[in-house]
Amino acid sequence: MNNLADNQARPKSSAMSLKFKNLFKNPEMFTLIGFIILMAIMSFGSDQFLTASNLTNVLRQVSIVGILAVGMTFVILIGGIDLSVGSVMALTGTMMAGMMINFSLPPILAILIGIAIGVLIGYITGSLVAYARIPAIIVTLAMMEIARGAGLLYTGGYPLSGLPGNFSVIGRGYVFGIIPVPVLIMAVVFLIAYIILNHLPFGRYIYAIGGNEEAVRLSGVKVKKYKIMVYVISGITASISGMILVSRLMSGQPNAGEGYELSAIAAVVLGGTSIAGGRGHIGGTLLGALLMGVLSNGLNLMGVSSYVQMVLTGIIIIGAIYFSSKKTVD
Amino acid sequence: MSETILEVKNIRKEFPGVVALNNVSFKIKRGEVHALVGENGAGKSTLMKLLSGVYTPTSGEIIYEGKKVEFNDPKDAQAKGISIIHQEFSLIPHLNGIENIFLGRELKKWSTVLDKRLMKSKAINLLDQLNAKIDPTQLVSRLSVANQQFIEIAKAISIETKVLIFDEPTASLTGKDIDKLFELIARLKAQGVTIIYISHHLDEISQICDSLTCLRDGEWIDTKKVSEVTKQDIIKMMVGREVINAFPEKLKVQNSEENRLLNVKKLSNNHIKNISFHLNKGEILGIAGVVGAGRTETVRALIGADPTKEKEVYINDKRASINSPTQALEHGISLIPESRKTQGLVLGMTVAKNITLPNLKVLQNKMRLIDRKKELVIVNNSIKDLRIKTPSANQQVKFLSGGNQQKVVLAKWLNTDCKVLIFDEPTRGIDIGAKEEIYKIMRDLTKKGISIIMISSELPEILGMSDRVLVMYKGEIKAELAGEEATQEKVMYYATGGVDNE
Repeated sequence: MNNLADNQARPKSSAMSLKFKNLFKNPEMFTLIGFIILMAIMSFGSDQFLTASNLTNVLRQVSIVGILAVGMTFVILIGGIDLSVGSVMALTGTMMAGMMINFSLPPILAILIGIAIGVLIGYITGSLVAYARIPAIIVTLAMMEIARGAGLLYTGGYPLSGLPGNFSVIGRGYVFGIIPVPVLIMAVVFLIAYIILNHLPFGRYIYAIGGNEEAVRLSGVKVKKYKIMVYVISGITASISGMILVSRLMSGQPNAGEGYELSAIAAVVLGGTSIAGGRGHIGGTLLGALLMGVLSNGLNLMGVSSYVQMVLTGIIIIGAIYFSSKKTVD
Repeated sequence: MSETILEVKNIRKEFPGVVALNNVSFKIKRGEVHALVGENGAGKSTLMKLLSGVYTPTSGEIIYEGKKVEFNDPKDAQAKGISIIHQEFSLIPHLNGIENIFLGRELKKWSTVLDKRLMKSKAINLLDQLNAKIDPTQLVSRLSVANQQFIEIAKAISIETKVLIFDEPTASLTGKDIDKLFELIARLKAQGVTIIYISHHLDEISQICDSLTCLRDGEWIDTKKVSEVTKQDIIKMMVGREVINAFPEKLKVQNSEENRLLNVKKLSNNHIKNISFHLNKGEILGIAGVVGAGRTETVRALIGADPTKEKEVYINDKRASINSPTQALEHGISLIPESRKTQGLVLGMTVAKNITLPNLKVLQNKMRLIDRKKELVIVNNSIKDLRIKTPSANQQVKFLSGGNQQKVVLAKWLNTDCKVLIFDEPTRGIDIGAKEEIYKIMRDLTKKGISIIMISSELPEILGMSDRVLVMYKGEIKAELAGEEATQEKVMYYATGGVDNE
């Protein structure tokens, strides 16, 4: 009986202080602090940096990798990885372009076909991971090759051009004259992901599977189904990114998106999501993507060479992970 | 040489939101077997982790061989002569016995190449010392649990060890192996090794220990000579009250066709042969047997967690197809697995999220979103009903004690529409107070018409709780004993391979 009274007397205050403590234990906090510091440095380094037009520009540049990173967050949260997103993005993009150019399909239909291909690839990947129990890194490595090859085969290795002019709205257009369409799409994708991860049973299962798959399976949850769904989501976000890229370039580039999978993984990990699965936040991923975008934009403005930028990005990733893992270890 | 080898003084250890140990002080004499008792969550394991260098105390001192010591890590403690044999062994399954024994301290020729021959002969020597007949060249994963433990002990004594800590060493052992372990402890003691022995089994303590220290809720209660106290005294120290009757009264359950809920026929796979049994409404069916008899395999096959070659399941005389835990759940059959940490819980998630995991669908509102308020109500009710000790519903389950973790697993299923609950070793590693509570909960469930299958390696538990007992041996059911027929001797007889032709 004593304990019962204890239980009821304590919660308020300890829950509050716990929340406060946890706030500073969240790895995203480090990303946020890093992000703010970086913003400050960049504003001092270049007077063009902190202008509305430049910041809008950063957001637009971030949108493609940001959307890829949303799918990647899902995959990494269940303890998986998806190396195929860059290739899938190129394949679905060129397919969309091909549908519009060669078959004169209306853009909306071409987009749906492209997304369907992304879904199919995700479904195959997910099934191989869930049912054939092949490690995700192997399956998606293979899928990276397959999708890249398929894209090159489809286009014969050349960019496809001659897209209908109104298609450019997705990559180059603005809403209300100020918000770039890709940024709006990214915002919607993040919002949907936020709702799924935080308010739907599916999201709960994703965290749980990443935490302890066997316990979730024994809880009667259809683990395999949800695993497949996660890879399907990654396929969808890859094809959305593919769509934006094609529209921005107004051509279907079979070689596009090489290395984007790594940028997406970097954004997720910088955002504090545990590479082992089970822990992380979609908001962190957004911060991670923004951080990388600001870094490259700011350094560009300062005239730092892109080779140096790559080296710096790598160092920042290691540094960020080192500090956040040190803080969250117990 | 002083008489006291190890002393803790005013030790305090805090974890986020919890004080695990508070102001604990006592002494351990050189060369004795010193038992450490207390309910789960009393702080025994935490204390041992402090002594073996896994944790460092928040405040207080450890005095070892007359000097104040601070261990930075387990290696540090080992180098000074304190080793621990963990409940879950720390062996690497893909390496063999020799490699495990010398892990991190490999012997080398010309200080470069591994001296395999020397290590082998030393390993054989060590195992001989322990009187253990184990081939150290076998992969550890192929050894029985008991033999793995011997390898672990050999590893500990391969360094000069003055204090050896055993954390629940008999939890996964059976009869003969326990005797072997006790012989070994006696031998180590004769060699002058001081032993700290953590156990829930009071019989073991009176059998092998010289003195005992009791902790309760992180506080030191008493240190006594074992010869001076009775079992009742120890239990009183542990729970702070007298235990009158551990098992709630049995109900009269009809074992008849009309009262049948579940009929299982011809359950077979690689581990079990032709298992057939039935379960009545409101009944507790015990499954006894030694470790490896195929009990866990039977229930896992039943709920579709493992594949089967043959299987027929009838619920209320209707054939049911159960090929996955999901389908089992749909039919109202749930398993509370043997290993809470690896199979029952997502340790990094909160109490609330663990409890609602199997049952999220009922929490969805019109928008298909999880209704957090409703969730909290359900979870707080469970916390109250089952008396789960946790600072809040949002505490991560990894910070809860074993007994409370078990209650969280139980709460998961009690919130579903379950008809059959399968308990696999429901009270393993749980203290007496929590055990009693679990027993009471189980009996109360049967009053509500829920049927229970209970696997247990503890005979008193099997006899005290079961309405009927199945005894398994080597993957087969050897006997079915109704309540009054089931005696300790009979169950043991069948469980050790006795046959039905007296």
